[in-house]
Amino acid sequence: MFELSMRDRKRRMTNYFSLAVICVLAFMAIAPLFFIFSYLLIRGWSGLTIEFFTEIPKPVGEVGGGMANAISGSLVLMAIASMIGVPLGLICGMALSELKKTFTARVLRVSVDLLTSVPSIVIGLFAYALVVVPMKGYSAWAGGFALSIVMVPIVARSTEEILKLVPRAVHEAGLALGIPRWKVLVRLIVPGVRSGIVTGVLLASARVSGETAPLLFTAFSNSYGFRGFSSPTASLPVQIYTYATSHDETWRQLAWTGALVLVFVVFCLNLLTRFLVRRQ
Amino acid sequence: MNERLKSGRNRGDRLFGFLLRLAAWLTIGLFVGMLIFITRLSWEAISTIGPRFWSETDWNPPMEIFGAAPFIAGTLASSAIAVLISAPVSIGTAVFLREIAPRKVAKVVAFLVELLAAIPSVVYGLWGVFVLAPIMRDDVQPFLAKWIGPDTYFASACAHLATAILYPFFLIGDLFGFTSVTFAALSEKMMTIFHGLFDGPPLGLGLLTSGVVLAIMITPTITALSREVLLTVPDSVREGALGLGATRWEMVRLALLRTARAGLIGAVILGLGRAIGETMAVTMVIGNRNVIPTSLFEPAQTMASVIANEYNEADGLHLSSLAFVGLSLFLISLIINFGARLLVRYLEGGKSV
Repeated sequence: MFELSMRDRKRRMTNYFSLAVICVLAFMAIAPLFFIFSYLLIRGWSGLTIEFFTEIPKPVGEVGGGMANAISGSLVLMAIASMIGVPLGLICGMALSELKKTFTARVLRVSVDLLTSVPSIVIGLFAYALVVVPMKGYSAWAGGFALSIVMVPIVARSTEEILKLVPRAVHEAGLALGIPRWKVLVRLIVPGVRSGIVTGVLLASARVSGETAPLLFTAFSNSYGFRGFSSPTASLPVQIYTYATSHDETWRQLAWTGALVLVFVVFCLNLLTRFLVRRQ
Repeated sequence: MNERLKSGRNRGDRLFGFLLRLAAWLTIGLFVGMLIFITRLSWEAISTIGPRFWSETDWNPPMEIFGAAPFIAGTLASSAIAVLISAPVSIGTAVFLREIAPRKVAKVVAFLVELLAAIPSVVYGLWGVFVLAPIMRDDVQPFLAKWIGPDTYFASACAHLATAILYPFFLIGDLFGFTSVTFAALSEKMMTIFHGLFDGPPLGLGLLTSGVVLAIMITPTITALSREVLLTVPDSVREGALGLGATRWEMVRLALLRTARAGLIGAVILGLGRAIGETMAVTMVIGNRNVIPTSLFEPAQTMASVIANEYNEADGLHLSSLAFVGLSLFLISLIINFGARLLVRYLEGGKSV
């Protein structure tokens, strides 16, 4: 063993020290996850009863009640959002990969990029101006529309990415057989990457299921449950927000349980996408 | 290929090409329509108040006085805190994932960071109000006030340093006739700023807490982006550094981080963009006070949070002013995202190799 010089010994110490700091930083990045998750379980678990899923909320001061209105509302909003956002996103994704470098595709790519970066509250303002003002009132339509705008760029981007992975040879083989381009895409290529496309859709739904800001003044809220597409509709995230900022202990408890349920759903969607990716 | 699509004899192909273009322009229309509709919604405020809106420091709906300066200040301050905390943590995590962690550990950590990104904003807010805010109030804020708060050597030192750095700029400005700030006046101003930074009662809810929550929220974004950037650094660069006898840390610092600098800056700026537009968590923990804050402990308001708080009860000029705040927020986030992209392209293009 040869002797390390003073300078090399210092370099060695700096090395160990810095690498240790990096490990600490990585720990700091994931520590909040456990912190948040443990509190969700501690505070939310006790409220997790059948009642929570089946009852509508009781007035302030009364004990009991659930979030059935918010859960059903969320499902309705997600359904509307998916009905608009998924097809539009899918076709835009195909347009991005098929039209490649045409003017349309370039403008679309920039638009999709910028749409991803628009703050969600601004999307709420847009849906307010476009749907709430003409309809003269908050509605499930407006909320669903706002959420669909969040979905479109996510679905479009992931669809494009996955279509990019398909080897040119598949295209060429199909075209060489004299199959029209659209059939090559729809019958040959898309079925091959179906799970990848589903992954993108699931990720978009996971993202949208927790969105609150675009719903505040589009779907608004209610305390009685779903009453038609043209009336105000409650949703789990908005209800959590309202109850968390209230001063009623029962309501706060509902907020924690609601958050636990919401996070559980979002995590499940994420795990499902991981499972699909791995299988592929 | 697209030539064929355009002039394809097949009717299905023509129809399909039309469908693709229709959807494409529909989405482009969504984006353009967003700009147009929000401008229309805020037209009353734009035409009656004008650019003074951004510098006016008073927001008083009953008196019909609308100035967005407090919200712009709140947004910038909370996002700046978030980026200052999050950038080192995120880049450190990205380096950890690429260089230090064994494969299996890296996989798990990356997955956990992804889960952190999946938690909805409102849940962060809930946790921030009931868990983080009390901790900030009882432990963190008193600690900060004691060590770097008012009447500490640290605050004075920072003030002197800032004066020393800023004074030359004012001198240069003086040459062109812009300012006439004396050294003493500048020094005193810096003293007030730095001694006021951690002043006031520890409330828990406020700028600092919202900055911390934002930092947690943007960490997954910056980590994921930085990780992608670090993956683009070719192995030959790393191996070259190690081969020359660099320690692992020297390799990270000299080869990895320096090569990826442009991309890392881009990642941090995109994280900043995310922080600026974040609404719910901030609305819940920032304390909602429409005044320009002087201390990080004070409650404040951001551009997004004021819309979330007041929009439902607003009408007339108030509503239109809130839409104007939204429009400004929209433009700022567009500029930041565009800027990040341009910066990365410029820095990458400017490299000598």
